[in-house]
Amino acid sequence: MIRFIFKGLLRDRQRSLLPVIVVVTGVFLTVFLHCWMNGILGDLIDFNAKFSTGHVKVMTKAYAERVEQTPNDLALVQTGKLTETLQKEFPEMAWIQRIRFGGLIDAPDAQGETRSQGPAIGWGIDLLSANSTETQRLNIPKSMVKGHIPTQAGEVLISEQFAEKLKVVPGDQITLLGSTMFGSMTVYNFKVAGTVKFGSAILDRGAIIADIHDVQLALDMPDAASEILGYFKTNFYNKELAAAEVTRFMTSSDPADPYSPVMVSLRDQNGLSSMVDYMDLVSAIVISIFVMAMSLVLWNAGLLGGLRRYGEVGVRLAMGESKGHVYRSLISESILIGLVGSLIGSAIGLSLSFWIQKHGIDVSGFMKNASMMLPAVFRTEVTLPAFYVGFVPGLFATVIGTSLAGIGIYKRKTAQLFKELE
Amino acid sequence: MESNKTVIEIRNLVKTFPMGNREFTALNGINLTFTGGEFSGLVGPSGSGKTTLLNIIGTLDSPTEGEALVMRHSVGKLSQKKAAHLRNLKIGFIFQTFNLLPVYSALENVEFPLLLQKMNAASRKKAVMDALDWVGLADKVRSRPAQMSGGECQRVAIARAIVKKPEIVLADEPTANLDAENSHHILQTMVKLNKELGTTFLFATHDEKVIGYLRRIIKLYDGKVSSDEIVTVK
Ligand SMILES: Nc1ncnc2c1ncn2[C@@H]1O[C@H](COP(=O)(O)OP(=O)(O)O)[C@@H](O)[C@H]1O
Ligand SMILES: [Mg+2]
Repeated sequence: MIRFIFKGLLRDRQRSLLPVIVVVTGVFLTVFLHCWMNGILGDLIDFNAKFSTGHVKVMTKAYAERVEQTPNDLALVQTGKLTETLQKEFPEMAWIQRIRFGGLIDAPDAQGETRSQGPAIGWGIDLLSANSTETQRLNIPKSMVKGHIPTQAGEVLISEQFAEKLKVVPGDQITLLGSTMFGSMTVYNFKVAGTVKFGSAILDRGAIIADIHDVQLALDMPDAASEILGYFKTNFYNKELAAAEVTRFMTSSDPADPYSPVMVSLRDQNGLSSMVDYMDLVSAIVISIFVMAMSLVLWNAGLLGGLRRYGEVGVRLAMGESKGHVYRSLISESILIGLVGSLIGSAIGLSLSFWIQKHGIDVSGFMKNASMMLPAVFRTEVTLPAFYVGFVPGLFATVIGTSLAGIGIYKRKTAQLFKELE
Repeated sequence: MESNKTVIEIRNLVKTFPMGNREFTALNGINLTFTGGEFSGLVGPSGSGKTTLLNIIGTLDSPTEGEALVMRHSVGKLSQKKAAHLRNLKIGFIFQTFNLLPVYSALENVEFPLLLQKMNAASRKKAVMDALDWVGLADKVRSRPAQMSGGECQRVAIARAIVKKPEIVLADEPTANLDAENSHHILQTMVKLNKELGTTFLFATHDEKVIGYLRRIIKLYDGKVSSDEIVTVK
């Protein structure tokens, strides 16, 4: 009997092909959308990790409390030793120091008089050591507009827009007016090596990137740094492992000492955990909308198919099939359609997502210029839920749609169904 | 199949349909008895209630008042499931518009009632081939309804009705969509089945060709039996 039913299903394209196409489309879109949103979230986390939070970050307790002000008077000291300790205690991570600072940049004329000036956000990172990973991490080579990446002490990068405003070009000298770690005024000269595009309005308006040793000299911060960032050597943020490291590190932190270093994981910085939760929520809403739309379409397809089939149902009842049997056979058909559609839809969605996860879609061709902050390559991210996030709703939507549509068989009297034959 | 046994008994049958806020009486006090092996017909103009009566006998509809006993089962008191079972085993239907399942071949259409009976494959195959042989379509087993003529489709429908060796075959205007030649052909087939298998046939018709074959003519008019005559064999 089952074979008989499936034979009919396969031969009747309207009964099989159309609903399968609906399920395939819905499931495919759900899976792909899920992976795509995961990818965006992943990019967001990755971007935050690279530019700001690390996978974990070590600061003094007092600095951590006012981190958005970059209070360098509360910076970490003896960071050389601290970094060594971290490397020994947490060898699965790469540890790098950064100084974040603010100040006024002054472009002098030939006489040394101010020609133009503007406020700037500054980063001191490891630009010069042979095995530095920082330029790659911040995507600097691809974001260069003019000039070159600093190769010697005293050279800096500034944002292209800022350079235009200051009317400086690579080779020109600029002066940083800032305050030292101890609160006194400092003046330090740099030479512009090149300009970059950040892709963030604030940074493009005024930012400079200097080698950390220059910044230590400029701000009178020998062997000190605002923060030490830790990155998993796998490059992937592992939530659980990061949390475990934080716990381990914090046992040796002295809560009474405001200068005692503390470790904070990525999730607990920049409001990222609520961001992640928010993205999860958005993802869930988008997927439920898809599932609902798919159910409605399938329900309708089932109703239309059912109407079209009242004649067939009438004949089958006349031949002595019971209503329950007819109903169950419709459900069997829908299970088969749901399974096939969901399998194909998931397979297509997963394959495409895997492919984009691996190769990425390079959109740099569409952007005028690559920049440090806007990812030029979109990637999807396939996670375990992607395997069922489309499959399960696809199957259920089909079966529920048919169940609802099929209730008409029970509601109508046999003779009425039969009237459709005439 | 035993003859002279009562297979259908209808007592004071009334059937009304709701029509707006009034009732429309389609059958009004019908009393009829059919014995096994009859070849009889309900004859009357369109709207006289022939199909309504046939549907009640076929357990597809139920009486409003009175009683219809089919194989001693009271129609309307049977559960939906038991009625289906009774139809499957004892009652064959033939319709004006053939009503074959379009996606299935002739063989599969005829096989369908036996699949419902869960008959094993070997007996099923034999019964189906026998039935198609009976109607002279053994060479068309693989054809789908769309590939066959009206006459052929109706013969497949007859094979489907008789493949399960039912007690009763109900045929509602079976020749209405057929030309004279095909009409006579299927009527002769049914006469032969009636004689050789003893199957009871009940027609609903206003076709003179069909009436010519009937051995009992029940005239319906306005939901009432206006005459009931046995035709003496010429
Ligand atoms: N389901 C129904 N609802 C309302 N009226 C019906 C229904 N079925 C049949 N009738 C009416 O009952 C009368 C008898 O119909 P029917 O038995 O089909 O006549 P016949 O088959 O003799 O042409 C007709 O007037 C028809 O309109
Ligand atoms: Mg009729």
